[in-house]
Amino acid sequence: MEIFGIPSQALFGQLLIGLINGSFYALLSLGLAVIFGLLNIINFTHGAQYMLGAFCAYLFLDKLGVGYWWSLLIAPVVVGVTGVIIERTMLSKLYKLDHLYGLLLTFGLALIIQGLFRNEFGSSGLPYRIPQELQGSQNLGFMFLPNYRAWVIVVSLVVCLATWYVIERTKLGAYLRAATENPQLVQAFGINVPRMITLTYGFGVALAAFAGVMAAPIYQVNPLMGADLIIVVFAVVVIGGMGSIMGAIVTGFGLGIIEGLTKVFYPEASNTVIFIIMAIVLMFKPAGLFGTQK
Amino acid sequence: MKLKQKLRATLLAASIAAIGATSAQAQISDNVIKIGVLTDMSSLYTDLSGKGSELAAKMAVEDFGAAKKGMKVEVIAADHQNKPDVGSNLARQWYDVDKVDVIVDTPNSGVALAVSQVTREKGKAFLVSGAASADLTGKACTPNTIHWTYDTWMLANGTGQAIVKTGGDSWFFLTADYAFGHALERDTEAVVLKNGGKVVGKVRHPLNTQDFSSFLLQAQASKAKIVGLANAGGDTTNSIKQAAEFGIVKGGQNLAGLLVFLTDVHALGLQTAQGLILTETFYWDANPQTRAFAKRFAAANRGIHPTMVHAGVYSAVLHYLKAIEAGKTDDGTKVVAQMKSMPTDDPLFGKGSIRQDGRKIHPAYLVEVKKPSESKAPWDYHKIRATIPADQAFRPMSEGGCPLVK
Repeated sequence: MEIFGIPSQALFGQLLIGLINGSFYALLSLGLAVIFGLLNIINFTHGAQYMLGAFCAYLFLDKLGVGYWWSLLIAPVVVGVTGVIIERTMLSKLYKLDHLYGLLLTFGLALIIQGLFRNEFGSSGLPYRIPQELQGSQNLGFMFLPNYRAWVIVVSLVVCLATWYVIERTKLGAYLRAATENPQLVQAFGINVPRMITLTYGFGVALAAFAGVMAAPIYQVNPLMGADLIIVVFAVVVIGGMGSIMGAIVTGFGLGIIEGLTKVFYPEASNTVIFIIMAIVLMFKPAGLFGTQK
Repeated sequence: MKLKQKLRATLLAASIAAIGATSAQAQISDNVIKIGVLTDMSSLYTDLSGKGSELAAKMAVEDFGAAKKGMKVEVIAADHQNKPDVGSNLARQWYDVDKVDVIVDTPNSGVALAVSQVTREKGKAFLVSGAASADLTGKACTPNTIHWTYDTWMLANGTGQAIVKTGGDSWFFLTADYAFGHALERDTEAVVLKNGGKVVGKVRHPLNTQDFSSFLLQAQASKAKIVGLANAGGDTTNSIKQAAEFGIVKGGQNLAGLLVFLTDVHALGLQTAQGLILTETFYWDANPQTRAFAKRFAAANRGIHPTMVHAGVYSAVLHYLKAIEAGKTDDGTKVVAQMKSMPTDDPLFGKGSIRQDGRKIHPAYLVEVKKPSESKAPWDYHKIRATIPADQAFRPMSEGGCPLVK
């Protein structure tokens, strides 16, 4: 059976690949959406923090002999703490100002961090192996699915949905959302709003680092690994609607699939298709697919 | 009045001194030979060229003994960001404003082809080490450009031929979608067809792609025996790494990295890279001279050992300075003609020559990446399987279609 001249088996394979790439988009755009939704900061450092996650995993293994599984836990915490420091010392001074200031600060930080790492580690990337337990692949009939990629899909789905659940369906999430609507009132109820905001930023950053550790075994651990990705991820967030958690998740996976299909039908356009979609969406729904006009 | 006289005398003295200096240094424009290293300082080709190329140029100036010979040589460097428009603008600015006499290195064939045209227009010199497209000495050749280290025809002829001859007769290409990838794919395809093989498919990916899984799946579906990687730098390492993950080699297909640099092998790690066949014109661990060079180079370059691109920059700058010394001029067109008329000789490439079409001629080596167990020290990665003699390593001048040759 063929669909548009492509054997259906190949098409299934490509859809699955798209879903895997979409997992990374979803994980990263989720972090961005959480930070934007609750802090109103456009976190351009996100790509660099994703890279930091991957480098943490590499350095843990290389210097301390700490393997993938521990890195998956420790790296997000370490990078999250650096995020907390950035929020306390720099970002917190900018909340009263226009969005643009936060954007400029985080963009500058990203350039500095990436520059420092490039200086130290070069640009051709560092090797990081797939953990023993997840090596090998399954023959699904229409394609070989490497075990690690399957793991990526499962984990990112779980993390995305858990985050969505916490923010939209629990009491903690309700506090968070309330604090963005009216911080004074929430503070009056005895909740430490600044600390909550700091931790939220730390969490968003930790999500980026988590995605970085997940990416380390399949992409090169490279100082610039986040620089290209972040632009795509921003497009995902804009398409999904700034600040919408569910929007970020759904568009992340969706655009991964669309990009995957483009790689079959017209590979030359595979790195532009997302921006074309962004332009079209913005023309008809300026607030994004899931966003609400404020 | 007195003041005016004094001023006049000073000016006169200064101009006499200037004339004196000029005659001592022959026809060196503004008394300084300015070498511009135009390279990738920020992206996927940085480690194989980048800062290392700047360092190699400086080492060549030092080893030439420019200061002792009374020649003033300056090396500057800039980042072309892999964009032909940025590269040609920089080249124009260098030539017109900054009085640069020669541009060297320039990885990325798209940028190199653009800079080659600017160089011809301005009558300067362009010594290419990093870029690969054989068109630089083919239909796009100019009297101002010398292509030093390697080219796509040489890679195709080396790696491509070796693989077809050992049974890899059906190919699927994974090609970087710009001038370099197209040239490498074209030249390799020609070699495959000439040796009785066939090409069953190809896919073109954008430069600097992170994820190759979709393309690899297509390669897998094609059932080709060989998946030819007509890309370079980070694109190659990512494709090789992900091919391992998708079980391409386990499934009975083989990878042909058509352009793999030493730094790529380092980035992959021997565990992943072992057994890869590649062609290069310089390996640091070939003889005592190359080892001595590598030791000095690595010490000043974060331990990164020299790739053939770095070695090519060194060798090209050295020969360029020798030609200026011999010809007593730094006029671009004249120096390049002088360079072509002199045999080349340096510690890294040995004796060689430069053809009329601008092609530098030296032997090429077919190498295999060592197994982790065979590697005795860091950066001990390659073993040389065969040497392709200089007269066979590059495309015969008659086949290139360079207008200068007729």
